[in-house]
Amino acid sequence: MSLINSSPEWVLTTKADAFLNWTRKSSVWWMLFGLACCAIELMQTQGPRADVDRFGAAPRASPRQSDLMVVAGTLTMKMALRTKVLYEQMPEPRYAIAMGACASCGGLFQLAYSVCDGVDKVIPVDVYVPGCPPRPEALTEGILKLQEKMMAENWLVRRKVEPATATA
Amino acid sequence: MDTAAIHERLKGRFGERVGDVDLAAKDPYVVVDAAAIRDVCQWLRDDPEQRFDSLSCLSGVDYKDAGHIEVVYHLYSYSQRQLTVLKVRVPRDTPSVPSVEAVWKAADWHEREIYDLLGVDFTGHPDLRRLLLPEDWVGHPLRKDYVEPEEYHGISTRRESLLR
Repeated sequence: MSLINSSPEWVLTTKADAFLNWTRKSSVWWMLFGLACCAIELMQTQGPRADVDRFGAAPRASPRQSDLMVVAGTLTMKMALRTKVLYEQMPEPRYAIAMGACASCGGLFQLAYSVCDGVDKVIPVDVYVPGCPPRPEALTEGILKLQEKMMAENWLVRRKVEPATATA
Repeated sequence: MDTAAIHERLKGRFGERVGDVDLAAKDPYVVVDAAAIRDVCQWLRDDPEQRFDSLSCLSGVDYKDAGHIEVVYHLYSYSQRQLTVLKVRVPRDTPSVPSVEAVWKAADWHEREIYDLLGVDFTGHPDLRRLLLPEDWVGHPLRKDYVEPEEYHGISTRRESLLR
């Protein structure tokens, strides 16, 4: 008789990776951070109708407490440098969603001199949500896609570390 | 009092320092010498028959082919219920206009914006910094001959555009 079969029924068994990923994907706290009109839809997404809180996603006021950065809106060159600083302040593992056409590729304003054509020029992006602006349903889908990505990660596998090369 | 009458009075007060008037334009305007614009504005604000107590808009236009930059003052008087427009023309290579920030506080950020985007130097402005663009930005983008730089702090401004 194996250990699993002898356990009472309220004991659940799982893999360590799956458990860690499940805890992390169930508390996707995003940074409260809006750049333009997409931020209005972002607020709707956290509101009672779309209610992404049921997936564990909630806004946080500080990058130091956040797991996810939703870049919602047109990214100007001036803001691009600040966005990079904010992203670097977030503790790892961290994720980024490019919400809307502007954050994905510059959108309507991509020919403007002051607009950064996509946030992926500054920080790595995990999920792109198209739309102008995307509806709350679309952003919810984006968060679910990100959770799928989180569930597929392996943290306990020993990763091959390249030896650091000495620099002069 | 319409712009023609205002022009008449300005001519009487400032003489040669006030230029022509264009009454056919949609917003009739008076052209004023750059050096006189501060005195003209002060007088228009304080004179009991004008009382232009509000600077509705202050904007700049680049006329590259004509070789000058135009600074446009839209004035409104709430007490007299009248509207007029002043224009100042300065050369593109040395654009310098006296600041009217001391006359209307509203001119502060307007002048900073024109300095930011067109590079007009408003002499006597207490805090002439860029308003919208980052402080280390090179050039003034609303100039007709502005060339977009290749990159800004390592961020490339080039992307294969779907629109082009």
